[in-house]
Amino acid sequence: MPEYSWPPMNKRAVMGKPFDRLDGPVKASGRAKYSSDLNKPGQLFGMFLHSPHAHAKVKSIDISAAKAMEGVTAIRVIAEPGAELQWAGQEVAVVSAVREEIANDAIRAIKVEYEVLPHVVREELLAKVGSRAKAAGEQVTGDPDKAFKDADAVSEGEYGCPVITHCCLEPHGNVVQWQGDTINLWPSTQAVSTIGGDLAKQMQLPATNVKVQMDHVGGGFGSKFPSDKWGSEGAHLSKASGGRPVKIYLDRANELTIAGTRPSAYAKIKMGASKDGTITAWQSESWASGGLGGGGMPPIPYVFTKIANFRLNHTAVSLNAGPARAWRAPNHPQASFLTCSALEDLSAKLKMDPWDLFHKNMDMSPRPEVYRKQLVKAAELMDWKKKWHPRGSETGNIRRGLGLGMATWGGAGHASKCKVTINPDGSIEVEIGSQDIGTGTRTCITQVAAETFGLPMSAVKVKLGDNAFPASGPSGGSTTIGGVSSSTRKAAVNALEKLFERVAPGLNVAADQLEAVDNKIQQKGNPAKGLTWKQACQKLGVDKISELGENDQRAAAKEGLNTSGAAGIQMAEVEVDIETGIVRMRKMVAVQDCGLVVNPKTASSQVYGACIMSICSALMEERVMDRMTGKVLNPDMEFYKLAGIGDIGEIVVHMDITPENDKRGIIGLGEPCAIGGLAAIANATANALGVRVPMVPLTPDRVLAALSMNRRNA
Amino acid sequence: MVSALSSQKDKEKQTKAAVSRRGFLGSAGVGGGILATSLGAQEAAAQAAANVMGPTEVAITLNINGAATKLQVEPRVTLLDALRNKLDMTGAKRVCDRGTCGACTVMVNGKTVYGCSVLAIDAVGKQITTIESLGGPGKLHPVSAAFIKHDAQQCGYCTPGFVMAAKAFLDRNPNPTREQVQKGLSGNICRCGTYVGMREAVLEAARSMKNA
Repeated sequence: MPEYSWPPMNKRAVMGKPFDRLDGPVKASGRAKYSSDLNKPGQLFGMFLHSPHAHAKVKSIDISAAKAMEGVTAIRVIAEPGAELQWAGQEVAVVSAVREEIANDAIRAIKVEYEVLPHVVREELLAKVGSRAKAAGEQVTGDPDKAFKDADAVSEGEYGCPVITHCCLEPHGNVVQWQGDTINLWPSTQAVSTIGGDLAKQMQLPATNVKVQMDHVGGGFGSKFPSDKWGSEGAHLSKASGGRPVKIYLDRANELTIAGTRPSAYAKIKMGASKDGTITAWQSESWASGGLGGGGMPPIPYVFTKIANFRLNHTAVSLNAGPARAWRAPNHPQASFLTCSALEDLSAKLKMDPWDLFHKNMDMSPRPEVYRKQLVKAAELMDWKKKWHPRGSETGNIRRGLGLGMATWGGAGHASKCKVTINPDGSIEVEIGSQDIGTGTRTCITQVAAETFGLPMSAVKVKLGDNAFPASGPSGGSTTIGGVSSSTRKAAVNALEKLFERVAPGLNVAADQLEAVDNKIQQKGNPAKGLTWKQACQKLGVDKISELGENDQRAAAKEGLNTSGAAGIQMAEVEVDIETGIVRMRKMVAVQDCGLVVNPKTASSQVYGACIMSICSALMEERVMDRMTGKVLNPDMEFYKLAGIGDIGEIVVHMDITPENDKRGIIGLGEPCAIGGLAAIANATANALGVRVPMVPLTPDRVLAALSMNRRNA
Repeated sequence: MVSALSSQKDKEKQTKAAVSRRGFLGSAGVGGGILATSLGAQEAAAQAAANVMGPTEVAITLNINGAATKLQVEPRVTLLDALRNKLDMTGAKRVCDRGTCGACTVMVNGKTVYGCSVLAIDAVGKQITTIESLGGPGKLHPVSAAFIKHDAQQCGYCTPGFVMAAKAFLDRNPNPTREQVQKGLSGNICRCGTYVGMREAVLEAARSMKNA
């Protein structure tokens, strides 16, 4: 059994070093070709007709005028008469044409008669959703009623975060060509190895007949796994157009309407504690919607899972709105926001510093020691103890506040296969059916291979983004880095062993006594007895060595290659202008648990980015539905707000890179860092204002409303 | 946010209209920059006789990165779509398609514009500069190089627009403060959240361009 485990931390020459991302030059010079940049010979443009109604039945559809238009090559009805449409934006028909402008005209020429049906599109007031509410059963542990009666302090609050959208900058879509029995798909996906099979199934083709290629993807965040209607309908259009490739991408309005949302989460939460701040009871009535399918309960109480007495009730609300898709740490930011907001309110009631309350109750979490250490580190970086003041003690027009939020995540590697080839000229090729969604996957795979062979980065060529390569899992759940690093490591070790066997006799050293370091193959610890890497590979003659490696999820932890479990603390400092209601970021601190970090530069970029995404969702992002028309009111980027470069304040990232953590192997961290920031900012705002703003995003109107409500109640 | 609204490019932003730009321009036709429907019928007819273009494709020549480039476009086609769909110059990206996000930033006569908010036919006779005019991977522009060094990109889809915005900003303001960088780049949006590296990248590019 070959030795796959990672070289010791202090001996690594390439892994753990902050290399620049390898696709940086093509991206930063505009040369990178995303699938949406492709202009294939003979390429047509596809476009959907989307439902203008949130809930309707198609009575009739007349495509004759569109079909007759010059330049239209194919047209398909998706929603036949009688079909029921369940959200505005749902696909009704699709056309392809020689120019995008003609496709647009053709869409307008389709005549559809709808029978408009009643819709429900808003869920922030549970009393108003009528029959769309579906209660889940009550869960009770301990005796919450008695615990509340016995509690020294009871705090109650209402909290809500609305549906937000992924708003990937590269919209959902693909270029697709169906010729004969083969479909070529150039998607924008997080799932190169599985999207082809998904499409093949819909088209009733063998999975091997769908060829998938993609070099880059312009953002996914969890919304780009399936092949979707743009895949299947695009393929049909291609076939009906004599096999010409069809480029079909959503425009921005439809991208924000139908291509993925993060479910909302609302809750009334009651918490009880004893005088010393020990949490004794939790009770929540939560509700959520992710579209027609309702919305599950976020994992609350979050992190503090061992509260002795609790009662949970949850209601799923079905809405006529675009469906939910996985969103960077599904349901965790919501759970963190609900739980940490309630905890902050409880500490205000107890007149305690929430840092003390969190710290005191950490034994109710699965990893108390880690969180306590992180709380200490974050407090140091934020200067929490010096800056923190009790709620309501700020009295000027500009008020500052501090808040904190917590995170937990898995992050073990997904199933992944990889092929590594050593060529006689000494070059290394790595082939893997993975994708680099902007996290630095290419770069990290290169580092793992270079490290294993004792070579510089430049000796290794990584090829990914093709489903002809060994299959690797979709990039979701922070599973990619563990999966691809482990399979690459194993394939590289397997290939290296083969090379050792070839050169061992000539060196008169047993193969298992060889090592690859510093561009050489040598007897372990003896540079005098060895060959340069090039000399060694020349011994292959015309042969090359190709070996597979596989991350076996059951064996990974035992092999020490990857494990799971990432805790995190984030803190925020905000400044609120109580005359305008504008909340500004002053500072964020993220203390991020990790395992072995392959590339600290790209890894910390994940954390910086996640902090900024948290700022977006805390202060700006909200999909606003129109109760009357059932449509999204802000399916654009001027009213669906995202943070700009001037909106973020100072951000301090601390990665817990330590020898102790390194021994855990690789743990994904794209998601855990995207969880705690929302709660931290909401809590900081409550701390600044002296009053809770129940709903995020913390827009000026909501801040001013909370302040005036507070004045009325005072 | 306030800073996004204070962008220099606000003037070019399109307001949300009941009829979309493409549909309106497509049905109305364009007469020398004046919308025919805003005129009386007779005047419109006179205009039409004079210099109406379209609605079918017309031949135009664009001066792109110093080269005269001939192409056929419908009058309603934006400069961005002409670059991407007709000329395979895909560095500029189509994201919001209405002058908010800056992913399509190019320069026209030395000023940054949103390529999605300029008609291709209105760019005739002007000097158009796209990211393709900056160095490629082998010979990177200092702004691109600084973006890489400071990891100011993740998915990278906004990056060409930011690089163009940053280049144009530094051309105007070679010694910026951090605050000026934030203002100068407030007309572009990144979804992955790469602003921390970007602030450093633009400041560093300013230094390296001065020393060059």
